Amino acid sequence: MAKLSIADLEEIRNKVKKSTLLREGSFNAKITVHMGTCGIAAGARTIMNTLIQIIEESKRNDIIVTNSGCAGFCSKEPMVTVELKGESPVKYSSLNESKIKKIFEEHVLNGRIVAEYALAIGNEREP
Amino acid sequence: MEFRTHIMVCAGTACVSCGSFNVKKVLEEEIKKRGLDKEILVVATGCQGFCAQGPIVVVQPDDIFYQLLTPEDVPFLVEEHFLKGRPVKKMMYTPPGEKTEIPTMSEIGFFNKQRLIALRNKGLIDAEQIDDYIGRNGYNALIKVLTEMTQDDVIKSIKDSGLRGRGGGGFPTGLKWEICKNSKGDLKYIICNADEGDPGAYMDRSIIESDPHSVIEGMLIGAIAIGAHEGVVYIRTEYPLAIKRLETAIEQAREYGLLGKDILGKGFDFDLRIKQGAGAFVCGEETALLASIEGKRGMPNKRPPFPAESGLWGKPTNINNVETWANIPWIILNGADRFASIGTEKSKGTKVFSLVGKINNTGLVEVPMGITLKEIIFDIGGGVPNGKKFKAVQMGGPSGGCIPAELGDTIIDYDSVNATGAIMGSGGMVVMDETTCMVDVAKYFLNFTQAESCGKCTFCRIGTKRMLEILQRICEGKGEEEDIEKLQELAAQIKDSSLCGLGQTAPNPVLTTLKYFRHEYEAHIRDKKCPAKSCKTLLTFEINDKCIGCGACARVCPTKAITGEKKKKHLIDQAKCIKCGACFDICKFSSIDKN
Repeated sequence: MAKLSIADLEEIRNKVKKSTLLREGSFNAKITVHMGTCGIAAGARTIMNTLIQIIEESKRNDIIVTNSGCAGFCSKEPMVTVELKGESPVKYSSLNESKIKKIFEEHVLNGRIVAEYALAIGNEREP
Repeated sequence: MEFRTHIMVCAGTACVSCGSFNVKKVLEEEIKKRGLDKEILVVATGCQGFCAQGPIVVVQPDDIFYQLLTPEDVPFLVEEHFLKGRPVKKMMYTPPGEKTEIPTMSEIGFFNKQRLIALRNKGLIDAEQIDDYIGRNGYNALIKVLTEMTQDDVIKSIKDSGLRGRGGGGFPTGLKWEICKNSKGDLKYIICNADEGDPGAYMDRSIIESDPHSVIEGMLIGAIAIGAHEGVVYIRTEYPLAIKRLETAIEQAREYGLLGKDILGKGFDFDLRIKQGAGAFVCGEETALLASIEGKRGMPNKRPPFPAESGLWGKPTNINNVETWANIPWIILNGADRFASIGTEKSKGTKVFSLVGKINNTGLVEVPMGITLKEIIFDIGGGVPNGKKFKAVQMGGPSGGCIPAELGDTIIDYDSVNATGAIMGSGGMVVMDETTCMVDVAKYFLNFTQAESCGKCTFCRIGTKRMLEILQRICEGKGEEEDIEKLQELAAQIKDSSLCGLGQTAPNPVLTTLKYFRHEYEAHIRDKKCPAKSCKTLLTFEINDKCIGCGACARVCPTKAITGEKKKKHLIDQAKCIKCGACFDICKFSSIDKN
């Protein structure tokens, strides 16, 4: 490795920024794929793989994807929850590859909720 | 493909010794087995601080905190959390006395009461990857210094921040730099003192293990400010993991041209080497440390001249402790004002403490100056285990003293701690409960300084020995009425007649325990009793009427001092009893009295 200039150092910083933000928990959009047994059986894995791929293609490093358990509405799996910073979470149901791509494009990148696939806004309340 | 989840496995010395490398290995295997190795990354980090609960794993971005993991836990964890997305409750942390687990790290009291400057990267980076450090704004302060600041700007900034030496002395860092910069001579040296030796203290080790580049960057900035081109990290050889990580970090910094000639193309040269110390406590003292680097026996010399004028090889030398160095890049990047806004009037910023002894949450904490001892011990440390009463806290190691529970509202501030008779020190905090005998504690620390005295000054060499002998006598029940006076007289003479800090402060543990716990000394001497029931020679073990004659005590007694018929009350032969306490520990019916 050759000696670095100040510009090289900046480049490294940008390259690892995604990791840094992910570890700091500072992100602008969080997509949760519900991956209980029902979700996995209905194809949640494809949704997850697609998301990882399209996030990478978008070159946005402030979007994270994570998984959680069954959302309870097993007949509507696969489901995801999209949460933009400062906004209520939105649950989408009965997804497939093309639907998740559209949700990503419209809701995650442009902030417009895709009403036709949306199941509900908000989370269940704690007692 | 990019990773969606990072599993941060703590690989500080404490977690490693609990088996965290094994946990990491099995994690990687299981993740691969489940086909998740392209989306989940396992990262080894430095010390997370919560050493009592190790091995520790934190899952990001979800901030889920797992503790006390074993390799056997891992397959279930991977299946549940990483495959099916169900965080595993039973591996989460439950605070002492509570019933509900706390899933996320940021909700755990131990973590959320802390303010991180020196430990800002702990658990967030892989210490062996320079890119991780750069990603967290690493070496940005260096760029700022090289492109925007003059030497005097840097010194002014450190002075304005109010940063004081974190090794224990508390000398203003900016002033120290200024004196060294103004010393005559072209050749100057920068030294990092990593000869951490106080019993129970491991702040510096953890900083180097979790974030070695913060120390390197701090030293680089100091070197620019002072005009030094060579640096030495003096680190004890008992810290193999810290040395390894520091070596790796220096190598990576050299490869990137952050150490060496013409750094970042800005014409400044600086390089760094490691000197391993053989683990003599006295070598933490500046002049003894310098002698040791020069290859001489580690003994202190008189000051003045101070190292800033005539230090290593007779050249102006600036020595700062690990934690002090780690603060520097943060101050440069965030501004002196922001640093000075934290803390008290005369003590700014934060301080790292290692919390050990009779405390629930053993570990490493960084707290803002001005916090009270009680807040650290109870809110962060979780209090004293097993329902025992908090008695005292020892601060400052062998140079420090014991602060009693009544002074728990004392704030963390150089001057407030000094006023109690203890010192801020490098950050060791040993918590004691009602079963700790304060005479025994004083004896322990004096035993340490006595063994570590280099022998140069008569009072330190022989005086500490005489004091130790008196304390040993007192603990054995052979104390005499005039012993307390003798201890005080010797203490005053040792303080006055020793050359270096080791001798000057060696009597402190005795003096502070005498100040706050004189009645315990008197009970040992006059009544031949140890109020904490800790000094074995002063105890008697007797069987009371609750005895059901099960015979368990007789079976464990190593000297066969306990006799008695089955189902009848047993008896201890006091002549044969060696007071080992085995019977007391085994009895299930509280039928052994310890007095």
